[in-house]
Amino acid sequence: MSDTSDSTDDAGEAPDGGDDAAAAVDAEEVRHVADLARVRLDDDEVAAFADQFGDILDYFEALDEVPETEREEELVNVMRPDEVEAGLSQEEALSNAEETEDGFFVGPKVS
Amino acid sequence: MAADHNAFITEETIEGDADAEGPLADATVAVKDNISTEGIRTTCGSEMLADYVPPYSATVVDRLTEAGATIVGKTNMDEFGMGTTTETSAFGPTKNPVDPERVPGGSSGGSAAAVAAGEADVALGSDTGGSVRCPAAFCGVVGIKPTYGLVSRYGLVAYANSLEQIGPIAGTVEEAAAALDAIAGPDPHDGTTRDLSEVEGADPDASYAAAADGDVDGLTVGVPTELFEGADERVVETVEAAIADLEAQGAETTEISLPSVEHAVQAYYVIAMAEASSNLARFDGVRYGSRAESDGNWNESFAETREEGFGAEVKRRILLGTYALSAGYHDKYYKKAQDARAWVRRDFEDAFADVDVIASPTMPVLPFELGESLDDPLRMYLADANTTPVNLANLPAISVPAGEADGLPVGLQLVGPKFDEETVIRAASAVEDR
Repeated sequence: MSDTSDSTDDAGEAPDGGDDAAAAVDAEEVRHVADLARVRLDDDEVAAFADQFGDILDYFEALDEVPETEREEELVNVMRPDEVEAGLSQEEALSNAEETEDGFFVGPKVS
Repeated sequence: MAADHNAFITEETIEGDADAEGPLADATVAVKDNISTEGIRTTCGSEMLADYVPPYSATVVDRLTEAGATIVGKTNMDEFGMGTTTETSAFGPTKNPVDPERVPGGSSGGSAAAVAAGEADVALGSDTGGSVRCPAAFCGVVGIKPTYGLVSRYGLVAYANSLEQIGPIAGTVEEAAAALDAIAGPDPHDGTTRDLSEVEGADPDASYAAAADGDVDGLTVGVPTELFEGADERVVETVEAAIADLEAQGAETTEISLPSVEHAVQAYYVIAMAEASSNLARFDGVRYGSRAESDGNWNESFAETREEGFGAEVKRRILLGTYALSAGYHDKYYKKAQDARAWVRRDFEDAFADVDVIASPTMPVLPFELGESLDDPLRMYLADANTTPVNLANLPAISVPAGEADGLPVGLQLVGPKFDEETVIRAASAVEDR
């Protein structure tokens, strides 16, 4: 997404400090994460997700038992000559947009 | 006319090259609806892309039509590939042709159902954590998940890039292998594809179809205890009988241990959700996709568009992925999941020092009844216990019918070393020959 100004925000309280095993998630946290992800939720969804996230994050807790493991990736860069190639035409690139004007995408108002 | 299993979202045709010769000439192929087809809508099973018409085709689609295959339609799927049952589709669930009260598996459920019901000779699915192998197992057909980098992902709408591969589904191992022959190979449009002539130990001239010769004499089959523990007794019995038949044909079996796989489902879901939260950020209703009527500003409009366009499972994964990547939680979840991924990969590498293939049930359960797991996401995730390790380790795997239990299909999964598709295909063809 184009607005990343607060994408590095904390998603809530940092997990260290307390050692309560249950990863309980409250409605406020669900709303906060949904806000970061730009997904609006209704109250029923918030309540259902808070329940389900508690169970799922509890299950993810088992990752704590995983030993630190060396990662030997055999990755190489894939390069090609910087030459102009055929791509989408402007018309094709705009063909699925909800709203366009003078060959541009029209987005929602900024503020 | 076959009963309607809701296998297709869109039934339109792309003619294959009429002059082509070979095993795919005149074959009909159904294509999962997250694989782009020029001029034919590609919905990903989502309201968000209900009217999206790609201006280009995926590399795999071009390769199939060049090989003479005719595309017959776009198949139903869990929304953006997120599900194990094809019930999260915005276009309604697909029914399992073997038993219409049951799910076909997912997320490529429409593809497997189309093949099982005889509505296509071959189908393409995509496999991020089992999405080709699971529906193949549940519908009683064959599905191949290729080694990461064997098949181009250009034109596949991304869910979790580091895990997913496009793979074929067909009625027989040889037909699936022939489709893999057509779609495999490097693609300048996908920098993660590998040229097999540059991969140590790989055979650049491999013919996968020719490998389906049923010859398992002297093959060593590893049987990992961890992938049988906790599985349905009926599934275990059916799979053990199929493995015993491989022994009768000259294969040798040996028990092995893969301790890391106990953490595979957790690691898979953390990584897949994290990648999904990033990949699906592109759906903002500006360049493509539906847009909500909104009077709000930029951020409010995006949030409303995404509220309307995404179903519950997609929202769940975006939110959990955002959570797992956020400050204070990144090290606890994402970093640990990457450690687990490296551990799983090393476990398989160590195992392949001693065995040629690894056999297990594809799914630890029989096909769910429709609606059975939809309200319990964790239960659905746990069904992916045997398939997700393969994606974490980037390995090739196949699901081949092992038999039936209580009248329902059971799949045997065979996993091989990186880029050794031929061995898993050979072993699977022997299972089929029984």
